[in-house]
Amino acid sequence: MEAPLLEVRGLTVGFDLWDGRVRAVNDVSYSLGAGETLGIVGESGSGKSVHVLAMLGLIPKPPGRILGGQAIFEGRDLLTLPERELRALRGGRIGMIFQDPMTSLNPVLTVGFQICETLEAHKGLSRAAAMRRAVELLDLVGIAEPQRRVEQYPHEFSGGMRQRAMIAIGIACEPKLLIADEATTALDVTVQAQVLDLMKRLRREMGMAMIWITHDMGVVAGLADTIQVMYGGRIMERGPARAVFHDTRSAYTWGLLRSLPEESGDGRRVIPKPGKRRRLYQIPGVPPDMMRPPPGDPFAPRNVFATERCHREVPPLTQAEGGAPGHLVAAWYDLRAARARAQEAAAAGCELRVVGGAEARAG
Amino acid sequence: MSGGMMDGRTGELPEVPLLRVEGLARHYVSTGLFGRETHRVRAVDGVSFTVRPGETLGLVGESGSGKSTTGRLVLRLEEPTAGRIWFEGREITGLRKGALAPVRKKLQVVFQDPYASLNPRMRVGESVGEPLLVHRAAAGAEERRAKVAELFRLVGLDPRFIDRFPHQFSGGQRQRIGIARAIALRPRLIVADEPITALDVSIQAQIVNLFMDLQDEMGMAYLFIAHDLGMVRHLCHRVAVMLRGRIVEMGTTEQVFHDPRHDYTRALLSAVPIPDPDRETARQRMAYEATVPAPDAALREVSEGHFVLA
Repeated sequence: MEAPLLEVRGLTVGFDLWDGRVRAVNDVSYSLGAGETLGIVGESGSGKSVHVLAMLGLIPKPPGRILGGQAIFEGRDLLTLPERELRALRGGRIGMIFQDPMTSLNPVLTVGFQICETLEAHKGLSRAAAMRRAVELLDLVGIAEPQRRVEQYPHEFSGGMRQRAMIAIGIACEPKLLIADEATTALDVTVQAQVLDLMKRLRREMGMAMIWITHDMGVVAGLADTIQVMYGGRIMERGPARAVFHDTRSAYTWGLLRSLPEESGDGRRVIPKPGKRRRLYQIPGVPPDMMRPPPGDPFAPRNVFATERCHREVPPLTQAEGGAPGHLVAAWYDLRAARARAQEAAAAGCELRVVGGAEARAG
Repeated sequence: MSGGMMDGRTGELPEVPLLRVEGLARHYVSTGLFGRETHRVRAVDGVSFTVRPGETLGLVGESGSGKSTTGRLVLRLEEPTAGRIWFEGREITGLRKGALAPVRKKLQVVFQDPYASLNPRMRVGESVGEPLLVHRAAAGAEERRAKVAELFRLVGLDPRFIDRFPHQFSGGQRQRIGIARAIALRPRLIVADEPITALDVSIQAQIVNLFMDLQDEMGMAYLFIAHDLGMVRHLCHRVAVMLRGRIVEMGTTEQVFHDPRHDYTRALLSAVPIPDPDRETARQRMAYEATVPAPDAALREVSEGHFVLA
């Protein structure tokens, strides 16, 4: 079998703060094949962003600290790579796009100059050749009049255009892996749709792998081959996109999907009649305090299906029983069986409550 | 016309809207040397709508559409360039500070970022009780404290947290505090400007439910400004879609979402990602080339209560 492009093993990242250590990422392991798109879904504090920043050597140390693990990219461990070599990879073989283009772009340099910088540093192009390539790149990401735009400063670009410029920088050196962290979150929905279409095209044309980090289940639904759901610094569920959506095995994933405004079977959203609106399903409680994480499954305090073991012991990430190959879940409970029991209980007029473990308060 | 909101009106005298906005405009003008006008941004340009008592009107649109500015104009946080606003049948457009005070009591706001709108050095109980103090709605500190505790319970917060500071709460809890403060004086209308945008996904449903529960209990109306169309669809009775300072379509949630008539509304709806891999991959997106609407374009009724800019 071909070696994966990226293999993360047991990655654990902590932050030493004045009143204790936060384990932001806890024993995260996964692999990513060449050309594969991995969608990582999670909320704040899930470790979804911190773990990639740690891999790329972009967390401040101190207070940040790699407490263990490996991240093998094309045969080399990113976590032990000297800073000089890591810098050569970032923006070269590994491209990056972050959420806020206004803070990631330098306001006093032209957009063209900032694309050229990357090309000169990683590809050794001359200024003239780099500038020609920068124009091509702006054209590629769908910016009209690239000849004129390349001379402009970031403030002369609209939000959507700035994000396109960031993508141009991210893909300038034709990376093997592109990491995008909430890259479309700040965009309007119509612009987001254009950017996502663009990413699908570029991925096809350039054959690059992507890690797409977001909190939006809709965005990864159309983009990702594999979906990984993170919570409390751990992977809760991972598998082929269809399996995670249609054969959900983690109570957290299930809760996230259920809390979205409802839909009817034919794909049309159900519109409740005025005055008869249905309450949305809500996950009880609040995300864990990472300074004092629960001893067992981090989601247990908010999980109506949690067993006693969930509160005590961290479940390993294992193949979901009877699930698609590569569909993994970290759970002591069996979600399918638990849901069936809950349905029976509801039919009998009972309501499920979170029991045991830490007190789950309303958010 | 089906649905409770409409049924209440049929065959009766037209109900006085709680809020009525007519031809509202807010232009920002840049002037060059000698004060000559060089540039004019029409942030809000001729916006008209009504909000009935107990109703939720969703104001949706993308950045720069003027939806937030419209909210600020209604709240009288900004002066309109043109247009008039009536609240409870009384015009409030020209009212000065003192005359506006009784209106402010009934017209409250919830902002997007509850952290930025709470005083970090004030105990949250004091923040929530402040409107009661300012409007003398409680007899003395003790009654105020009891009322604040009751408000905490109403929004799902533990009243034992009254003496804590904002930084000791999560984002969702801080938004609950902001809502408690907004409902302290039992307002008739709350302008909610992107109140769930900054919250974690698992918390958004909790806050949307809270908005609905409070409306059922207290009967206030909401002007709900948001760009999350899914939540708007769930929460709002009627929806107005804004583009470049104008309302391009307005109607019941059913009309706007299931029978959109304006090309921009269609493009907007078709751009929303669907959390289902099969349908998301099959989703057909509609393009919309934004054109400046004709100067004489006006909202025209295409079916009862359904208006389109044409």
